[in-house]
Amino acid sequence: MAVKKPAAKSNVSAEELLGYYRDMLLIRRFEEKAGQLYGMGLIGGFCHLYIGQEAVVVGLEAAAKEGDKRITSYRDHGHMLACGMDPKGVMAELTGREGGYSKGKGGSMHMFSKEKHFYGGHGIVGAQVPLGAGLAFSDRYKGNDNVTFTYFGDGAANQGQVYETYNMAMLWDLPVIFVIENNKYAMGTSVQRATKSPSLWERGAAYGIKGEEVDGMDVLAVKAAGEKAVAHCRAGKGPYILEVMTYRYRGHSMSDPAKYRTRDEVQKMRQERDAIEHVRELLLQGKHATEDDLKNIDKDIKAIVNEAAEFSKESPEPALEELWTDIYA
Amino acid sequence: MATEILMPALSPTMEEGTLAKWLVKEGDTVASGDIIAEIETDKATMEFEAVDEGVIGKILVEAGTEGVKVNTPIAILVAEGEDVPAEGAKAETAPAPAALNDSEGKLAAPASAAPAPAAPKADTSPDWPEGTAMKTQTVREALRDAMAEEMRSSDDVFVMGEEVAEYQGAYKITQGLLDEFGAKRVIDTPITEHGFAGIGVGAAFGGLRPIVEFMTFNFAMQAIDHIINSAAKTLYMSGGQMGCPIVFRGPNGAAARVGAQHSQCYAAWYAQIPGLKVVMPYSAADAKGLLKQAIRDPNPVIFLENEILYGRSFDVPVLDDFTIPFGKAKIWREGTDVTIVSFGIGMTYALEAAERLAKDGISAEVIDLRTIRPMDTDAILASVMKTNRLITVEEGFPQGSVGNYITSVVMERAFDYLDAPVINLAGKDVPMPYAANLEKLALVTTDEVVEAARKVTYR
Repeated sequence: MAVKKPAAKSNVSAEELLGYYRDMLLIRRFEEKAGQLYGMGLIGGFCHLYIGQEAVVVGLEAAAKEGDKRITSYRDHGHMLACGMDPKGVMAELTGREGGYSKGKGGSMHMFSKEKHFYGGHGIVGAQVPLGAGLAFSDRYKGNDNVTFTYFGDGAANQGQVYETYNMAMLWDLPVIFVIENNKYAMGTSVQRATKSPSLWERGAAYGIKGEEVDGMDVLAVKAAGEKAVAHCRAGKGPYILEVMTYRYRGHSMSDPAKYRTRDEVQKMRQERDAIEHVRELLLQGKHATEDDLKNIDKDIKAIVNEAAEFSKESPEPALEELWTDIYA
Repeated sequence: MATEILMPALSPTMEEGTLAKWLVKEGDTVASGDIIAEIETDKATMEFEAVDEGVIGKILVEAGTEGVKVNTPIAILVAEGEDVPAEGAKAETAPAPAALNDSEGKLAAPASAAPAPAAPKADTSPDWPEGTAMKTQTVREALRDAMAEEMRSSDDVFVMGEEVAEYQGAYKITQGLLDEFGAKRVIDTPITEHGFAGIGVGAAFGGLRPIVEFMTFNFAMQAIDHIINSAAKTLYMSGGQMGCPIVFRGPNGAAARVGAQHSQCYAAWYAQIPGLKVVMPYSAADAKGLLKQAIRDPNPVIFLENEILYGRSFDVPVLDDFTIPFGKAKIWREGTDVTIVSFGIGMTYALEAAERLAKDGISAEVIDLRTIRPMDTDAILASVMKTNRLITVEEGFPQGSVGNYITSVVMERAFDYLDAPVINLAGKDVPMPYAANLEKLALVTTDEVVEAARKVTYR
């Protein structure tokens, strides 16, 4: 295993590192299980897995405080797990069951948690960007110091409403962090085939918004960038853009044959830049954990995921009356 | 423990596929994420990854086999050193997909097909107490007062849109609000409908009560994704957790001589959407009472105004606070020979026609829907059961109109009461022309309403 980067920060505690390891591993194992349940026909429709991108949400959640909000696209399972939503409720939503976060009526792409300040789960590419700025607007209006993490992909970065939002977010000093999860492919179209912009975060400069590129395969680098962005927003200086360079190992959705990239490209990322392996190396090299410690974590995570999967199969389908509820408040 | 590897479903619609190629052989050790086979669906060839670690104990379906049903065992995965279970012995199968199809039950019937309801009755209770003092006000002033009153009563209410603050409103509906409430709560936006509609919806998710003004509803087409996908559907998609209390308001429909892109009624469009409430007032009192109700409503409300009506004066009750409930039509004029149902500016033609018909001895009952969704169908049905004839009047396009929907409700629930076919009067099926004579021809007119009434009463 060739880990290119040594520990980015010396002031990271063993406890923190172990926490990131656990959180990232939970997402990966959860997503693998979701892929498995999809294959068995227990999950239907669209199912977009987050495998490979785990360091992005785990690093940014490490920079958040209680009260901060988050909103994202349809590739949302990782964001929900990272902000502390119950894996059972998420998996049961994937299987369309009563025990799911939306009682089975939302599905993989549409889940919410008021308690964890998670505002979805949106299926129209780019639509979550003004919505996220609106959440930030509500916090600024109320006069608190919360920030909103607004996640979108490199594909969404070409939607017009993103730039309408940049303009107003800067105009009104909204405390919103625009997180561009650049996984290099918008479905099957690579960034290079979709734009001649050399980088996506620099487009913010047209509106006066500061930002930076971040190594999204290094959870510590993500966390450090997140802390900087959060401090900027909390200080009332308006929005900030993080373009987090990441990679999805799986297809765009479950039904993606992935012919737009080579198997070697995927393998190379997995072998050389895997975010979980990176933390694992840090833990072992720093003697923060033994192989056995990590095996025990693996076992715990597997148990959590299996429990979630069991719950998602046993939870009944929603009652038929549910068809007619929740249309109006 | 041996585990069966099952033929996977690799797309939302896949039921069977071809096992094109095995990339592992019996005895190979695999780890989670290893590609073990290629499977052809109707759309593509997909790689199939192992989801667990172990040793391929036995391959059950040969490469090249076509028509392999989803969930058929295709191989057996065993633990290191374990034997493949003997033929007939049951390997542990991954979860029972049978659980998927256990809901063959009948769906609950939608409200409209519910068993014979009691005879429909119009709610004719007064909107404000008898004897309330009245004053004359324009629709414009009534709308402004409604917003100002609600902004005084709740700090969470704010208004945003193009030219709403310093310019005092493109149509002067927000006149004076900036002075009273300040720039924090009366917010000029750039010209960016898609963006500010989305920000408004997000602010509503965040607990505020935005009033989003569109300079006209024609421009709301730029924002319609947020109105429908983000605002109207979120409560349902979140299983009731997250609502969107927001009002989208502005002038709708034809003004005068502004051409095709600025002359269109959106009542029927928005009325189609579950999760939205759709309001289209005619009088100043209704404009005020309904807008206050809309601002208090916990759901997204589409509030359709009309530029020509802004300057018209009506009696408005002098009360500290009053609202008009949604889903309650107003009977402007009682009659016995024909029912005329309309809303918004269409009421002008309906009422004028009723006046003229009365002179000829035809007694028309005129109903103002006030809210298109929810719709007071009981008031319509009760009236049709009395008059046995129905005309609907609106300015929108004829195909898929509000009148078409009303007709279907009347056909289903009051067919035997009809003595003549229902007539739906609407704008003509053309983009709005600019030329004065053609524009007049494109809009619904009082003459057409009179003519339709004569036709259905055979007089």
